[in-house]
Amino acid sequence: MREQATMKSKTSLRTLIAVPAAIAMATGAAVAAGGKTLEYKHNHWHFSGPFGAYDEEALQRGFQVYRTVCASCHAVEQLSFRNLGDVGGPFHLAECPAGVAEGTDCTKPSDNPVVKAIAAEYEVTDGPDDSGDMFKRKGLPSDRIPGPYANEQQARAANGGAYPPNLALIMKARHHGPDYVYSLLTGYEAAPETVVMGPTQHYNPYFAGDMTTLMKPEFLNEEGHPIEGVEVPPGGVLAMAPPLSDGVVDYADELVPETVDQYAKDVVEFLTWASEPKMEQRKSLGVVTMGYLLILTLILFFSYRTIWSKVEH
Amino acid sequence: MGATKDMHEAEPTRRDFIHILAGTTAVVGAAGVAVPLIHQMNPDASVLALSTKEVDLSALEVGQAIKVMWQGKPVFIRRRTAEEIKSVEETPVSALKDGKARNANVAANDDAEDKNRVIKPDYIVVVGVCTHLGCVPLGTSQGEVRGDFGGWFCPCHGSHYDNAGRIRKGPAPENLQVPKYQFVADTTIRIG
Amino acid sequence: MSHSSTYRPGTAIERWLDKRLPIIRFSDDFMNFPTPKNLNYWWTFGAILAVCLVIQIITGVVLAMHYTPHEDYAFSSIEHIMRDVNYGDIIRYTHANGAAIFFLAVYIHMFRGLYYGSYKEPREMVWILGVVIFLLMMATAFMGYVLPWGQMSFWAATVITNFFTAFPIIGEPIKTLLLGGPAVDNATLNRFYSLHYLLPFAIFGVVALHIWAFHTSGNNNPTGVEVKDVKKDTVPFHPYYTVKDGFAIAVFMLLFAAFVFFNPNGMGHPDNYIPANPLVTPPHIVPEWYFLPFYAILRAITFDIGPISSKLGGVIAMFGSIMVLFVLPWLDTSKVRSMRYRPVAQLWFVLFVIACCGLGYLGGQPAEGVFVVWAQIATAYYFLFFLVILPLLGVFEKTKPLPKSIADSVLTNTKASGGMVAQAAE
Repeated sequence: MREQATMKSKTSLRTLIAVPAAIAMATGAAVAAGGKTLEYKHNHWHFSGPFGAYDEEALQRGFQVYRTVCASCHAVEQLSFRNLGDVGGPFHLAECPAGVAEGTDCTKPSDNPVVKAIAAEYEVTDGPDDSGDMFKRKGLPSDRIPGPYANEQQARAANGGAYPPNLALIMKARHHGPDYVYSLLTGYEAAPETVVMGPTQHYNPYFAGDMTTLMKPEFLNEEGHPIEGVEVPPGGVLAMAPPLSDGVVDYADELVPETVDQYAKDVVEFLTWASEPKMEQRKSLGVVTMGYLLILTLILFFSYRTIWSKVEH
Repeated sequence: MGATKDMHEAEPTRRDFIHILAGTTAVVGAAGVAVPLIHQMNPDASVLALSTKEVDLSALEVGQAIKVMWQGKPVFIRRRTAEEIKSVEETPVSALKDGKARNANVAANDDAEDKNRVIKPDYIVVVGVCTHLGCVPLGTSQGEVRGDFGGWFCPCHGSHYDNAGRIRKGPAPENLQVPKYQFVADTTIRIG
Repeated sequence: MSHSSTYRPGTAIERWLDKRLPIIRFSDDFMNFPTPKNLNYWWTFGAILAVCLVIQIITGVVLAMHYTPHEDYAFSSIEHIMRDVNYGDIIRYTHANGAAIFFLAVYIHMFRGLYYGSYKEPREMVWILGVVIFLLMMATAFMGYVLPWGQMSFWAATVITNFFTAFPIIGEPIKTLLLGGPAVDNATLNRFYSLHYLLPFAIFGVVALHIWAFHTSGNNNPTGVEVKDVKKDTVPFHPYYTVKDGFAIAVFMLLFAAFVFFNPNGMGHPDNYIPANPLVTPPHIVPEWYFLPFYAILRAITFDIGPISSKLGGVIAMFGSIMVLFVLPWLDTSKVRSMRYRPVAQLWFVLFVIACCGLGYLGGQPAEGVFVVWAQIATAYYFLFFLVILPLLGVFEKTKPLPKSIADSVLTNTKASGGMVAQAAE
């Protein structure tokens, strides 16, 4: 087992621009949350890096996984149906498919037929109506995607006190979000022999926690520390049972494997997009900005040298 | 100091070119930065998502009218009776105060005949904002005053509209606007 | 070294205006201000900071058009900015990273002032106003960090306002007054928003005084030798330093843009993407990196000092670490301004920079074990440097001979400025 804390601050130290940034990022380096966990599995995501972009098909599959599996407990609070049809979103259309009324602009998320169809499959609460009652109606693109629970209390009551976090920001709300979620989803394993598990507890070496409290008494000394030759298992326990299993979601594309690993990758892609939907536009604007600044820097440098050329300094 | 003064008095030289280029590049950058800073004030995505609205008219009975919100403004939709249709169709354009169609779905010069005010004669769809000073006319809900011409009546300054939403009496200068809309199904319209 | 105006109004209109509102004369004098010709790149940070302030004010005003200062809506209004507002994500990331980059520049600016003795007679007011700006910046940044109403926002507000409870009797009432209630809540958020909007304009005002002050005394320079002959020693600010500062600003913007566009959350904390929850404290609460040195000093006092509890001691040490800067001009007894000619002081200065960076690192580590000991050593050194080392060095240090004038030093060598670069990059 490796020391995760040191590993993490090392990766945080990766710098974008050498000297000043190194100071900035070292001091800003995150402290690993909770006890020791295994080092996260590092997947190469196509959305990482300065030119990284989302894969539309992966986003669509990821949405399917979210909807089939995660949505029964987790909300995506900040997402509206219309977001699915945004530029760079899973269901953006460049042009209308056949059969859509003439004059419809399908690039507009609110008129996108795919988005409208998805929205209509949901029921949302609206109101009050003229008699003062709330009523149910079919979802519209402008509606927020409804979560499984009305409020946090209801969510806790239904999950034995645990609160399934909002997934629309999960990638930014966790250190190394994509690697963490991917590791967690694919990292469930049987509890080590040294610990006793409760009935609603599930062991995961990537989940932050402290397994010492769950260790069997025979492995602990009088002070509550593990006896010699026994190590505290990495990770922790969580209330979420392993959510994915091979074949649980049916992909339309026959060529894509229906495995836990693939599901996890796809849902990570979707949730990363949900956390940072404007990433692609931001990065491409960034490339333009950096290019401009480089040219400006160069021109200013020559201007500076010219002006100072006659001054002894 | 003296050196730069001399430089500026002479014709621009190759040495000056780099400074002019630097200044120009900086100005271009500043203009580029201004774009997002100004564009952020335009309607955001959540507002744009509401710029079109679909309304299901299947529950609307003959003679009834409803009011829906579209882009923060009320839109009146009335399913007209046969008599109401007959009455507005027979009104000659010469009797109208405003002879223009004021309909986003037809040409700007078309006259205000009833056929230029509707897509299907059964339904009249108008923006419920009086063309005088922006009040919301009465006449949509049951029991409200509908004015001398049986359409809508604006209580603020006494403008009377007929069942095609045309101004007939009072201070308002124009007919009620007909918004851009289309029938996406038999009894469903999309406004905007 | 106040310089006499060289402005000659050319036209009748200019003459008319010059008698009534000499604004053209003012700008002309400003742009032609005689500036030592040997200023190095460390001097460009003043202009960089001015740009940072303007960026923060402009993006801040824009963000205020979309932000809602209410405990129920603040978090979602930030997400609304990030997702719905046109370019909202870039504007917000610019503002958030802008705060951090602002501090980076201000720290470099302060270390520069420290190294070259820019606080010494006759520039005491320049330095003191600078410390005032620094304090205002810290208050503004802290209150701005609360506005997104995430977990870190909420707990930063809680922890920092609890500093005041360390003071006996008056502490608790002061805290309640600041918060507008027994705990951080909507009233706190509202007043922080109001003050966060106000303080940058106060900073702007003090910056004007800061500039006025050094336009009265004249710029310091790497030799620390005063201007003797305006003609030989100085160049007009424009175009010589406008273009040099412009070049430095562009380089700095490259670094800034790299953060904004490619690693916008690199200096933030993930917990601030979780809405504020008064019932749950995040496992590790850490301030933004630019507060970490002071946070480390706060936590370094783990022992009672006579009647002073460790809590009060920590708070006093933290406030004291900034207050000591106000009296720095009178603590440094050396007659020689620039450390370029103070070989012994240079070494202590390098140690001081290392101690500050070390405190920054330690502030981000858990307050336990060896980290505490190191933080105590670094804190002790921080105060020793100001209170003991600088006063004594002035008496005992043997300094190198000073150049006769700026022009003289320029002609003989520029080797020493290279030395400075190597040291400060530690």
